[in-house]
Amino acid sequence: MSEERPKRLALIASRGTLDWAYPPFILASTAAALDMEVAVFFTFYGLPLLKKDLGAKVAPHANPAMPMKMPFGSEKFQNITWNVPNAVSGVVPGFESFATSMMKKKFASKGVATIEELREACVELEVKLIACQMTMDVFGFSREEFIDGIDIGGAATFLEFAADSDISLFI
Amino acid sequence: MSDITPTQELDCRKLNCPLPILKTKKALKSLDAGDVLKVVATDPGSVADMAAFSRRTGNEILDQSEGGGEYTFFFRKAG
Repeated sequence: MSEERPKRLALIASRGTLDWAYPPFILASTAAALDMEVAVFFTFYGLPLLKKDLGAKVAPHANPAMPMKMPFGSEKFQNITWNVPNAVSGVVPGFESFATSMMKKKFASKGVATIEELREACVELEVKLIACQMTMDVFGFSREEFIDGIDIGGAATFLEFAADSDISLFI
Repeated sequence: MSDITPTQELDCRKLNCPLPILKTKKALKSLDAGDVLKVVATDPGSVADMAAFSRRTGNEILDQSEGGGEYTFFFRKAG
């Protein structure tokens, strides 16, 4: 393309559940594939998404908008939405792990990438992944816990990039 | 059917957004300018997305077709 500089995307990833991990990694990797310059600032609950050992789960409790569907059985069975009351999702031990495993299976059966795959694509496509230094200090994370190829910085580091961006989103 | 002879073929069947785009990008990276990449996908969303990918990156779609639930694209790598 005959532009003076590539388009830029600046994202803030502030949520760390499995479902909310998808938007920043999908948008960042795809934007980079579209020849855009991309930076993602991982802050607060979004920061653990940079950990080598990714433990993101879904949190169905108190999330009435989340359809609970089974990843196996006939198409008709798979399309049933299971209404799980908060009284159940809040007290049944391991409900989050169960829901997480169901969602991972559902994603896999639909050919959706894992978060790990999307994150690797981001690194490969030279997306600037910035870990929030302040969040690291507050929650006690060390550099060694994170994947290679990331930067560490603060609000000013992100804003310097975002100031010249064409799209900026807080997720 | 297209009579274009691709330099390389990429199978994106059963992959969902954004994997066909990411894999297409990766495959094009390994080719030389002017080479042709054939991509076969089953994601109906890839029709709009491949067109957008082409417009933004300048990798031209020489030909595309649809049949039997499959979408086929021929990309020419930009110079």
